Amino acid sequence: MLEVVSALSKWAIPVFLVVVLLAGTIRGVRVFEAFVEGAEQGFGMAVKIIPYLVAMIVAINIFRASGAMDIFVGAIGPLLTCFGAPPEILPHALMRPLSGGAALGIATELIEEHGPDSFIGLLVSTAQGSSDTTFYVLTLYFGAVGIRKYRYAVASGLTADLTTLLASILVVTAIFK
Amino acid sequence: MWLSLILLGIFTAAVNGQIDVVTRAALEGAQTAVKTAFGLIAIMAFWLGIVKIAEQAGLIRGLAFLVRPLVRVLFPSVPKDHPAVGAIVMNLSANVLGLGSAATPMGLIAMRELQKLNPYPDRASDAMCTFLALNTACLTLIPSTIIGIRAFYGSTDPTAVVGPTILATACGMTAAVLVDRFLRGVYRARGK
Repeated sequence: MLEVVSALSKWAIPVFLVVVLLAGTIRGVRVFEAFVEGAEQGFGMAVKIIPYLVAMIVAINIFRASGAMDIFVGAIGPLLTCFGAPPEILPHALMRPLSGGAALGIATELIEEHGPDSFIGLLVSTAQGSSDTTFYVLTLYFGAVGIRKYRYAVASGLTADLTTLLASILVVTAIFK
Repeated sequence: MWLSLILLGIFTAAVNGQIDVVTRAALEGAQTAVKTAFGLIAIMAFWLGIVKIAEQAGLIRGLAFLVRPLVRVLFPSVPKDHPAVGAIVMNLSANVLGLGSAATPMGLIAMRELQKLNPYPDRASDAMCTFLALNTACLTLIPSTIIGIRAFYGSTDPTAVVGPTILATACGMTAAVLVDRFLRGVYRARGK
């Protein structure tokens, strides 16, 4: 099953390219001209994101480096342990929606320290793989089209993250403990 | 929220007597952001080119046609067969297959198309909120990075977490859709 999925991932893009190019040719699209016309907009879209991304990453970096993040973790730690989660995974849980790189770093440290097949190792692996860097995605996607009012997107994104985390705890406890 | 992250950070650094880290963290953050954006130029240019061909060949509309019933439920405000739908489908498929370098450009293309339907250009539309809720909680069949790390640290079964990961994301995705639907109602009622 896993081999099938991984082969699928490997082949998906090349096959997609062949399909698009063949379909384009058959339908009489001038493929080279169309490609260049589309690609031209890539620079503009990526550059438009810069101010939004700078604003977000700078704020998160300051919050983390100053030690404010650690205080925050300490303050809401007891809340999470109510759900049967070991307190060690808390820094990871809080970092996950904010910074993908930092969360991966914490997950790696935990796996190294406790072992990949320990309860904490399995839990942090599941939590890492099952969610995305919500704030990064929101900043990137809204930034690219110049949206400044996110409305309820942050609330639903974070609720999803919290649900995923609690589900990870429940599932990993049920299967491995 | 943005303001309080920065102010709390600076305040904490001052109390801890390490105010110098603030400037360094800020500049390093800015650098990370610009590097990320520059990395995006390459993949954006490539995928926007390919998608342009797909669009002119009618493939994007074809894709949108295939998922019509699903779109009516999840994105009632998007006209059927709109190119945005095709881009959303491609973004979610790339996410499921763990193809990060294709998922992001497809997502940004979807946002560009959704923005064309948005009556208030600086405010997120209903469809955008639903799309991002799905996207941030999106299922990945193979969490390849974490499997690699587990194998590196000598796990006896690096892929043991695949099943639990899929279960957990399924819960997250369900919650995302439900909360999105609920909050859409709340915000509409308040006229915001």
